[in-house]
Amino acid sequence: MKARLKSLWVLHYDGGSCNGCDIEILAALTPKFDVERFGIVNIGDPKQADVLLVTGPANHRNQRVLRNLYDQMPEPKMVIAVGTCACTGGVFHNCPNVLGGIDKVIPVDVYVPGCAARPEQIIDGVVLAMEKLAGKAPEEEE
Amino acid sequence: MNFRYMVPILYVLATPLMGGLMMGLDRKITARMQGRVGPPLVQPFYDVIKLWGKEPFISSRMQPILATGYLVFVLTGLTLLALKADLLHILFTLTLADICLIVSAYNSESPYSNLGGRRELLAMLSYEPIMVLTAMSIQIVTGSFLVSGIFSYGTPLLLVMPAAFIVQILVLIIDMKKSPYDVSGSGHAHQELVRGVYTEFSGYTMALVELGHWIKTVFILSLICLFWAHNLLFGAVLALALWFLAILADNIYPRLTWKSMLRTTWLTGFTLILANFVVLIVLEVI
Repeated sequence: MKARLKSLWVLHYDGGSCNGCDIEILAALTPKFDVERFGIVNIGDPKQADVLLVTGPANHRNQRVLRNLYDQMPEPKMVIAVGTCACTGGVFHNCPNVLGGIDKVIPVDVYVPGCAARPEQIIDGVVLAMEKLAGKAPEEEE
Repeated sequence: MNFRYMVPILYVLATPLMGGLMMGLDRKITARMQGRVGPPLVQPFYDVIKLWGKEPFISSRMQPILATGYLVFVLTGLTLLALKADLLHILFTLTLADICLIVSAYNSESPYSNLGGRRELLAMLSYEPIMVLTAMSIQIVTGSFLVSGIFSYGTPLLLVMPAAFIVQILVLIIDMKKSPYDVSGSGHAHQELVRGVYTEFSGYTMALVELGHWIKTVFILSLICLFWAHNLLFGAVLALALWFLAILADNIYPRLTWKSMLRTTWLTGFTLILANFVVLIVLEVI
């Protein structure tokens, strides 16, 4: 389905990151990178989102929120872990309150490492997610 | 087939297409104003097709019915307009469409959706009186509530009621959900109320509502065209000029509260329309 690849609506969740990656995500929306060219927009509503962009590690507090957001998104959906913290837990990996990467809580499709991940890398990650989405129909999920 | 109905039928069929293209143009113009390249012109069609193909999360049994109702009532109003029917009928059909949207927003537990519905009611309270007052002025000037009465009236309405024409930009801004009066359902990136009145819609119900919104925008622009009914092409140019000003306002102003929305629309809107009316009486036009 071509329209699915031309129109990705992104839900951004900050699970306690240092805001470095969040600033880079927002930088992708600015005139220099302008992801809206590709139909990618930042949307606040999980019920209408296609891609969940998560920054920051999973911890005991936010795992419920993260799971909830993931469950509220309709199929087909994609999860992108942005930044080292979201991928593995990063510098916080051995903190007592931290579970590790967000893949401990929800299935992750694309990992974008980096501290902080650069806007180019994030766009690359979203494009990878698009490619994965191209071969993914809603029926296959069930 | 009766030729008399050809033009209205073609117009009603072409409206969704026009609405989608205008929405795309809107996003393109907005992007250019912000120094970006912007999405392709047909982006809104991609969005709606994608939404249609997504898994729907239905929050209540009434939701799909009400979303369909929104689209159906907007289309009904549009058909009435195309048939040059009664202006009041047209406006009240539009109100019915909005009521469908609001009831649907209330029809869930979500506080964002509820608050969005409440604000949509306030938005209606702001722009509906302006439209009804304009319709009443048109009735007093042309002697008829019928749209066909405007066509048979001697001079273009813009020359008789310029102030009422200017006030229509407030209607346009509120209907298009643009800053400064996008209190009820925010567009991309403004997420104060998540998506306000649209929060609970997903999948095909959102696609229906989006389609209804396109048609409604074209519908209101068509109503503005009536201010120069003698040459509808020039009327369209006038309507598009107002539409462009609404986009400009969106990119200049931050969002204002619902209180200032009510204050502006009621004070400025009512005063301008009534002042227009008083001037007409003094000049003995009516």
